[in-house]
Amino acid sequence: MIEGIGIEHFLVVSTLMFFIGVCGFIIRRNLITMLMSIELILNSVNINFLVFNRYLYPDQMQGHFFSLFIVGIAAAEASVAIALIINIYRNLQNIDVENVSEMKY
Amino acid sequence: MSLSVFMFYLLSGIILTFSVLSVTTRRILRAAVYLLFVLVATSGLYFMLKYEFMAAVQLTLYAGGIVVLIIFSILLTHHISHRFKRPELINLLMGIGVAVIGSGVVLATLLTHPFRATIAPELPVDMSAIGNQLLSTGKNGYVLPFELISILLLAAMIAAIIVAKKDKNKNSEI
Repeated sequence: MIEGIGIEHFLVVSTLMFFIGVCGFIIRRNLITMLMSIELILNSVNINFLVFNRYLYPDQMQGHFFSLFIVGIAAAEASVAIALIINIYRNLQNIDVENVSEMKY
Repeated sequence: MSLSVFMFYLLSGIILTFSVLSVTTRRILRAAVYLLFVLVATSGLYFMLKYEFMAAVQLTLYAGGIVVLIIFSILLTHHISHRFKRPELINLLMGIGVAVIGSGVVLATLLTHPFRATIAPELPVDMSAIGNQLLSTGKNGYVLPFELISILLLAAMIAAIIVAKKDKNKNSEI
């Protein structure tokens, strides 16, 4: 626990970061930047888990495990998504979401 | 204002500024670099919470792994000098509206909710404690999700290789 900083400060930062990610996910039209917005969202959730663990339940370690699993899932998701994006680029020559209406093989 | 409070506000300022820049900049490589700044500042927050292991995981996996992967894919699919068109007005309004309404609701809930901490003594969190509990099968053990995520990572790795692999038959036809 940090002296002079309440739990709300951390939660406000992570909330704002989460909704900046959501906003970017809606505004952006490019697949890679949408992936980056998803990374922002996952990262803000990670901050929340660790802060709850530190401030409310410092005798347990559940927050650690949840954020470790989130990091692992984010890595798996990013690798598969980037493989898909590169394949789409090979077929369509660009990666805007409007053009990815057909995913025929 | 003590030094740790100053550091906290500095890191939060970096996180918020660069996440806004990362979703609004019109050059894609800059967006990736701003995302890198956000992730590094987040690991600074973890250091401030005295969770050194998670900070190290954040630095190596997010800042070292995922951002490098994203930058590689940007270099494979875009010209460096490529600039995005401005987003359409309706998309912009929708995005900002959803963000403002959602963050308003969540912040109103957060700031009125009383958070009560447990009075249990603080547990020292070092790497051996995390590893022991992660792989224990007893109470509060996390070995089943651990095995599940190992299978998930294997499946993701194979899927990424198969999806991104060039089709041999297609090339021979050309």
